[in-house]
Amino acid sequence: MTITVDGISKRFGKFQALDNVSLDIPEGKLTALLGPSGSGKTTLLRIIAGLESADNGQIAFSGQDVTNLHVRDRNIGFVFQHYALFRHMTVAENIAFGLNALPRKQRPPKAKIQKRVSELLEMIQLPHLAQRFPAQLSGGQKQRVALARSIATRPKVLLLDEPFGALDAKVRKDLRRWLRNLHDEFHFTSLFVTHDQEEALELSDQVVVMSQGHVEQVNEPTELYARPDSRFVFDFLGQVNVLSGEVKHGTLSQGNAWVTVPGIQHQGDAQLYLRPHEVRLATAPSPRANLPLRIEAVSLIGSEVRVELRPEGWESEGSDNIWEVGISHAEFNQQRPVRGDLRYAVPEVGHLFTGTGARPATVGWAEAEQTPNIRLIN
Amino acid sequence: MSTAHQASAAPQQRWPRIGNRSKRVLPGFGLSLGISLLFISLILMLPLTGLVMEVSAMSFDQFWFVITDPRVVASYKVTGFAALTASLFNGIAGLLLAWVLVRYEFPGKRLIDAVIDLPFALPTAVAGIVLATLFAENGWYGQWLSKLGIEVAFTPVGIVVAMAFTSLPFVVRTVQPVLEELAPEDEEAAVSMGASDGLVFRRVIFPALWPALLTGVALSFTRSLGEFGAVIFIAGNMPYVSEVTSLMIFIRLQEYDYAAASAIASVILLVSLVMLFAITLWQARYLKRVEGR
Repeated sequence: MTITVDGISKRFGKFQALDNVSLDIPEGKLTALLGPSGSGKTTLLRIIAGLESADNGQIAFSGQDVTNLHVRDRNIGFVFQHYALFRHMTVAENIAFGLNALPRKQRPPKAKIQKRVSELLEMIQLPHLAQRFPAQLSGGQKQRVALARSIATRPKVLLLDEPFGALDAKVRKDLRRWLRNLHDEFHFTSLFVTHDQEEALELSDQVVVMSQGHVEQVNEPTELYARPDSRFVFDFLGQVNVLSGEVKHGTLSQGNAWVTVPGIQHQGDAQLYLRPHEVRLATAPSPRANLPLRIEAVSLIGSEVRVELRPEGWESEGSDNIWEVGISHAEFNQQRPVRGDLRYAVPEVGHLFTGTGARPATVGWAEAEQTPNIRLIN
Repeated sequence: MSTAHQASAAPQQRWPRIGNRSKRVLPGFGLSLGISLLFISLILMLPLTGLVMEVSAMSFDQFWFVITDPRVVASYKVTGFAALTASLFNGIAGLLLAWVLVRYEFPGKRLIDAVIDLPFALPTAVAGIVLATLFAENGWYGQWLSKLGIEVAFTPVGIVVAMAFTSLPFVVRTVQPVLEELAPEDEEAAVSMGASDGLVFRRVIFPALWPALLTGVALSFTRSLGEFGAVIFIAGNMPYVSEVTSLMIFIRLQEYDYAAASAIASVILLVSLVMLFAITLWQARYLKRVEGR
């Protein structure tokens, strides 16, 4: 079932939660609504579910207008951040709730309900907890029960509001993987809200980035990460290093820092955005850039060594004035960078924003330097 | 307590809760418990002991004779029946009031919220006189009700009205906070699974509310059992018909028969205590289940 969101607006008093949002959610895919708090993602999810009504606009499921349809008739599954399990019912009773709530004519016989419940318990790998009460379960178990409960009536659409938000990191990761498998098996159209970029990129087939009641960008996770459309998406999706300055004769400079920008026609203000993995650290300036930085901290935990550096003689954009560069453990063992060392950042690929609202141009130095007619500075 | 704890050589804490420093916002568990117990003794236990002593001066036959006097037994029936009716009525009306106060915003909401407590603040005698005047045959309500053939003042119905009036806040004030804490998500979850409004109330809201509601009704009932001031003005106080038990106690007191008064009072006391204990025990069991304690 596809979901079509057409021109949805919603105000809460003076706060414009959603401003003319239009969106297509493809059938059978797992879509993430990603954004900072207050971006309107939860409101949008609740409007799609029918738990909230929109001021303007339409919601359609598979082309059928459901804008004025009551939640209970929309045939959706909804999962809440804080589980919303019924405390006075056992796990099995919780899961059976939706089936027991069906009108008498559609309600399956008791034995069938029981069979379905044990099927679902099997699926969430908690058959031994059927007779427990929610208070006796851990957070991860509760959320799995909530998931089983929401899909008991086989809804066509599954909506999840920050489903892993209340869980600790380890459980979150397990549950994420488990949800992905579940989705691949059953192929309902799923839409989940999150403010965690990693979760959105890892779990979903499509990411909708939202900010201040608008949709900023919609794309597949890999594309979204590689080619953000706007500064907002760039900033929001992971760490980014920024050199903000003026372009003159093909060189972007600020203070004593400069970077050649091959093939640029633009003159004036511009910002160069670089991901931590798009930068190399060298002990001397290179012909393509002079970006002196002093090492502030080195973090060895993880598959990559994370180096935090402070610009020397120039300033990075952003309040913390820090650049972050990821290097491999092999490189680390070779160079042994320590706090206080001076390094020069060498960009490999970058994204240049010129003017306001424009999409960034991708800048690649490696190919440009192979073409003979490029002018090298120094 | 803390010295006892420090003196114990055993490495594991014998009183983990007591020894835990983080619990000590108020000075010393020993001191605070001591003051509480002293207070309970002075305020509650001592008068109760006096009552029991007064009763124990009687032989069992005397005691039995006093408490099974036909007029007194008739008063038990009247009181019990009226208190039950009043508290059940309050169960419904109080739930409705609490619901309206929690779930809706309307002008004057705060005023109504404040007025709920009025029966607690009002001297019960005043309430009794006001109710008697209102429901008398020529009173504001009474004149209309009498046309319908309903007599309230000076009948057992009047007793129910007076009891319901004075004990309504118990239900409202016990249900209200529980209703306020009820997560809206629970209802939303139920509705998203297709549940009708009736089903949501029956299977989601009511099960969460009813321990509080039952407590409120029980409090309302026990309070009604002992209600005196409000009741005697409207009851008519006809022997065997509309005399409440607390009036019987009063009558015995006026006859300077303190032992008999205490005997009858002890019956009311026993019923109230048994009831409150039963509710508390049942509630503890229920909460153990839903809170996993």
